Order: sequence, then C-alpha cells, then structure tokens
Amino acid sequence: MRKTTTTAAIALLAGLAAGAATAEISVKIGVLNDRSGLYADLTGEGSVIATRMAIEDFGAAERGISVEVVSADHQNRPDVASTVTRQWIDVDGVDVIVDVPTSSAALAVNDIVRERQKIFLVSGAATSDLTGPACSPYTVHWTYDTWSLANGTGRAMVEVGGDTWFFLTADYAFGHALERDTSAVVEETGGQVLGVVRHPFPGQDFSSFLLQAQASGAKVIGLANAGGDTVNSIMQAAEFGIVQAGQSLAGLLVFITDVDALGLDDAQGLVLTEAFYWDLNDDTRAFSQRFAELGNGNMPTMIHAGVYASVLHYLKAVEAVGSADSDAVMAMMKEMETDDPLFGQGVIRTDGRKVHDMYLFRVKSPDESTGRWDYYELLNTIPAEVAFRPIEDGNCPLVQ
Amino acid sequence: MTDIEKTADGVADLQITQSAHGMPHHHRMIFLALLVVALIAPFTLYPVFLMKVLCFALFACAFNLLLGFGGLLSFGHAAYFGAASYVSAHAAKVWGLTPELAILTGTLAAAVLGVVFGSLAIRRQGIYFAMVTLAFAQMIYFFSLQAPFTGGEDGIQAVPRGRLFGLIDLRSDFTLYFVVLAITFAGILFIYRIIHSPFGQVLKAIRENEPRAVSLGYRTTQYKLAVFVLSATLSGLAGATKALVFQIATLTDVHWSMSGEVVLMTLIGGMGTVFGPIAGAVVIVTAQNYLAGFGAWVTIIQGAIFVTCVLLFRQGIVGVLARLLRKPL
Repeated sequence: MRKTTTTAAIALLAGLAAGAATAEISVKIGVLNDRSGLYADLTGEGSVIATRMAIEDFGAAERGISVEVVSADHQNRPDVASTVTRQWIDVDGVDVIVDVPTSSAALAVNDIVRERQKIFLVSGAATSDLTGPACSPYTVHWTYDTWSLANGTGRAMVEVGGDTWFFLTADYAFGHALERDTSAVVEETGGQVLGVVRHPFPGQDFSSFLLQAQASGAKVIGLANAGGDTVNSIMQAAEFGIVQAGQSLAGLLVFITDVDALGLDDAQGLVLTEAFYWDLNDDTRAFSQRFAELGNGNMPTMIHAGVYASVLHYLKAVEAVGSADSDAVMAMMKEMETDDPLFGQGVIRTDGRKVHDMYLFRVKSPDESTGRWDYYELLNTIPAEVAFRPIEDGNCPLVQ
Repeated sequence: MTDIEKTADGVADLQITQSAHGMPHHHRMIFLALLVVALIAPFTLYPVFLMKVLCFALFACAFNLLLGFGGLLSFGHAAYFGAASYVSAHAAKVWGLTPELAILTGTLAAAVLGVVFGSLAIRRQGIYFAMVTLAFAQMIYFFSLQAPFTGGEDGIQAVPRGRLFGLIDLRSDFTLYFVVLAITFAGILFIYRIIHSPFGQVLKAIRENEPRAVSLGYRTTQYKLAVFVLSATLSGLAGATKALVFQIATLTDVHWSMSGEVVLMTLIGGMGTVFGPIAGAVVIVTAQNYLAGFGAWVTIIQGAIFVTCVLLFRQGIVGVLARLLRKPL
C-alpha cells in the first residue's frame, strides 16, 4: 500500500515537472471539404495530408502541443457544412476549421465560426466576399480569391487582345463572385462583356451553354467555374471545336489536378493564375515529393499548399501565445509575419486576407512537357502588393 | 389477402372502436413517456441534433396523416416543407419578423401551396396522384433555384433566430430546443386529434373503400382536399421551424430526395400508426448523423435499410410492435 502511494506520488511529481517544462496545449483541427464530389481531387484527402504534414513539420508533439485532426465531407452543400461545423464546435470541441472549398458552404461556416468565436482558415473557397462584406475577425483567407484570379487571368487575356467576353458561370456564390470580379477587370482595362450564361452547379451537360457562348461571337469565353465543371466544359468545348474556330477559353480557376484530368491535348495553351506550383523552387519540390508519396502520387494543388501553410502559421501562433484562445491566437497570427517554405514571407491583413505573390502560368503543349505533372510554364509573377484587392476596396466592416 | 394485411386491418378496426372514448390509456402513457424523454434528452444529447429529430418527426407525422390515414401517397411533400423553410427564413432575415411570426408566415405559405396543388392533384388517384405531386414539387424546386430571394445554391444563410415574442432570446440552442419541442408536440397532438375525430373516421373510410364512402353520401373530394391541406400546412410548420433551428434554408429542403426521405421515415416507423413516423424520424436522422462519415454512401445505406424493412417487416417498427402487443400504437 505504502509502496503504491510513494510510486503514485513520484509519478505525480514527474508529471507536474513535465507539465511545467512544456505546458500541454491541445488543439483540435477540423478539415471540412469535398471528399466525394467534383472538388474532391483538388481538396479532399489531400488537405488532410497537408494538415498532418504541417503538424509534423512544426514538431507539435515535441513542442508540447497535442494536435488532433478530424475531417468530414460537406458534399458541397451549405446546410451540411453548417451542421458539421456546429457539431464540431459545440460537441467535439474543434478549435479551428480548415479548407472548406465551395464558396456557399464557406460563407455558411464563416457565420457560425464568427458567432462561436473559433478560427476559420480558408484555403479552398474562392469568393472575395470572405474578406469583403462577409469578413470576420476570426477568418483568414489564405490561398487565393476571385479578385486575384480575375486580376491575373482576366487582365492577361485582355492585354493580348481578348477584349470581348462571354461568361459561363457556375450558378452559386463562387461563380457569381468570380464573374463579378472578372467583369470589373475586363471593363476597367477597356474590354467589353457581351453576355453571361449561368449553369447549374454541379453541371454535367454544358452543350447548350457552350453554344450560346459560341453564338455570342465574343473573343474570350470566360469559365467562371471550377474543378469537375471546368474540366467538363473545356472537354465539351473541344468537341464543339470552339477554340479551333478562333475563340479562346479563359479558365479563370484551373487547378493542376484539372489539367491532369484534361490531358495536355485539351488543356494546352490555357492561361491560368495560381498561388503555388510544385515545380517553383527546391522547397516546393521537396514538399510536393513528400505529399505525392503520402497521397496517391498526385501533386498538391495550391489549396493543399495553402492548407499546409495556414495550419503551420496557426500552430506557430498557438505556441507563441501559449494557448488555443481564439482571440489571442488570431491577434498573434496577424501580428507575426508568415514564413513558410511554400509561399515564402507574407502578412495577414486586418480583413483576414493573406497576401503573397501570385503566378500567371501557361499550360505547356504535349511536346514541351517532359512527363506527368510537368504542365506549367511561368509567364509572369504578380507581386504581393498588387496580387490582391486593395484593403480599402473590399467594404470589409473591420477596416474603417 | 395475406395474414399480415388482415392483422393490419384488425388493428385499424380496433383503433376506431377505442377512439370513441377519448384518448386510450396506453396512448396517454406513451405521450407522457415521450414528453419526459424529450424533456430530459437535451441534458445528455446535443440539442441541435434533437431539434432536427423533432422537426423531422413532425414532418413525418404530417406526411403520415395524408398517406397513413388519407391513403394518398404524395411524392412531393418537400415542396411544402422547403417552401415554408424559405419563406420563414426570408421573413426572419429580410423582413425582420420575430420567430413566431416568421414560422407562421412560412406555415401559411405552405397552406396556400397545399390548397393550390392539392385541389389539382386530388383529381387523380394512385400513381398519377403521386406523379402530379412530384411535378409540382419539382416546379417549386426550380423556382427556389432561380428566384432572386432564395439565393440559388447558396440558400438563405445566417437567418437570425431572434427573440420569441420579442422577449426570449433564442440564440441559445437550449432555449430554442424547448420552443421546438412545444411546436412539435402541439403539432403531433393536433394530428392525433384529427385522426381520432369524426373527420378522421371518414378519412379512414375513404382510404379503405372510396366508392363505398361516396355511396354513404360523403363528398370524398372535399375530405381529401382538407386532409391534403392539413398535411401540407403541418409539413410547412416543420420546415419553417427547421429554417430557424439551422439558420439556413437551402435547396436540400425542396429537393425530391427530401420527399423520398419523409416517405422512408413513415414507412420504416409504421405507416398509419400514431407513433410510427416519430420512430422512423428518430431512426433515419440518427442513422444520417452517425453515418455522416460515409459521405455519399449514406443514401446507399439508407436504401439497404429500406429494402430490408420492406422485405422483413412491412408494417414498420411500430406496426410490428402494435401487432405483438395487439394494441394500436
């Protein structure tokens, strides 16, 4: 009996000592995205892998932060996303929600996270409203947004003479935002928008919409959609011979996984804007190699890279603050400069916008490519200062 | 006629004879037990999940009123559920109505739809009736997709829960739970009352043999329209409440699969029983909740449950229990 008590006391003391050395902080990360639908390739399990890599690279366990990761499929539906988020925060004690593609779902999550004062690190969703009218003190929009895509691809297309546009838009928050932001850029640079057709989301048959776009006579058909929708619309456009007939397609949001799905024969020549490409430098190559080994051999998309970098930055802030308290961690995230191997150095603005360079790429032709995943040729680097919407133009209530 | 069907008829007859003396003792006990469980539940289970169960229980009971007692299989009940959900969300968010008025507005919208669609649909029977209701529901779906105020794929988000009667703050899930419980319970008791009223007896007569009811001098179309509108209105009440619980109204609520889900709940629980739809709602919502990890596979699992149910116990969970206990439930 006595012996047991002594052992217990020693164990307790040892425990206390260990506790004092590294105050145990526990953090729960919820990765919420599309795991079965048209965005599963560009977010999905890859984002969970990226989260785990960030935790590993940060060395969370050695630094006394125990991190648990949960994931769920929101099926691109705002109602499912809001139900899961609510339950994660209320019942499971999730501290931070990560990724969340599909703008409509992300906007729903944004409201719930703000109300419950947790943290939301957006990488997958595109709508620039997340740092505009819907901005929240608890949200960081990491990777890209519709404004930056419009500013990259839209401007580039007009500059090479594509001054009349027709939009093929996915009929939900993301498509509307992308169409709005691109139209603004086109008109600002002296172009003209001839018309718009909105397709159901997710769509399968784009033929009637493509024929309308063809009949419009516009020089550029702007695809304001993403993932499987973009892949399908480009493939079907190829069947109608739209590009051969002289119109060009502007894929306003094209991911490397989409190019892989399309094949270079159909995708070659597309001009696109991305925040990340695996073959940019040694750091990105090393990351992507590891990522590919952990996944199915797929290279990471910019969304996966954004998930990695945002989780890494979040964990740094948690360590600096010494707790998972949302307000303190968020203040630290915005105060600290971001520094990671994928995006380099950057900052998070008051409105939640993470700022870094964006890149304008052109998809290589099959002859230029040396193999699978060698798809992009860098046309232009858009410096961080002009890559994102100026903070004062966003109408974010946090910025006054 | 198989043995099972004979017993089912026996149960129905028993119900008619008993209901002449008000609520039978065992029904009163079951209602009390349900109420006690519902009052304790939020202390151990997640209130939002429970509210979802309650809303669907009311929806399934409303549907059962039409299918189980009116004998009319509507395959478009999502229209009333979803339309009410949109209207109440819009009323609370844009018009700034208090929650009780928002719910009332949504319910009223469902009632109006019920009158319009019902008066056309009841002119046909069987599969044609089901197809007409489905067609109307699809019209509502496309309206919801395209109308400017519904927000298309985004739905109406961030619906404020507001203050009940301008006094009680409903932002807490816990407070809202008891409001939803009150609404659901009142709704289900109202349905119980309808079933056991003379009107309900006529409905059952029409369900069993419409020509005979006509020959007895009943204007069956009027009865059918009345029960259709009642069912649509109560479905609307469920939908309007759901919009405030989840603070969102989306296309999921008006999608045809929602119409399918309510049929599933009713059949699994026990069509034509008082408590069956409640049991069905509990089973299906719980399954959806705990199987959520399987993502898109949930529908396949649900399908398997449904097939098993139809093959093994066609009267549903409560229907089988009623047969074993030899008492109508």
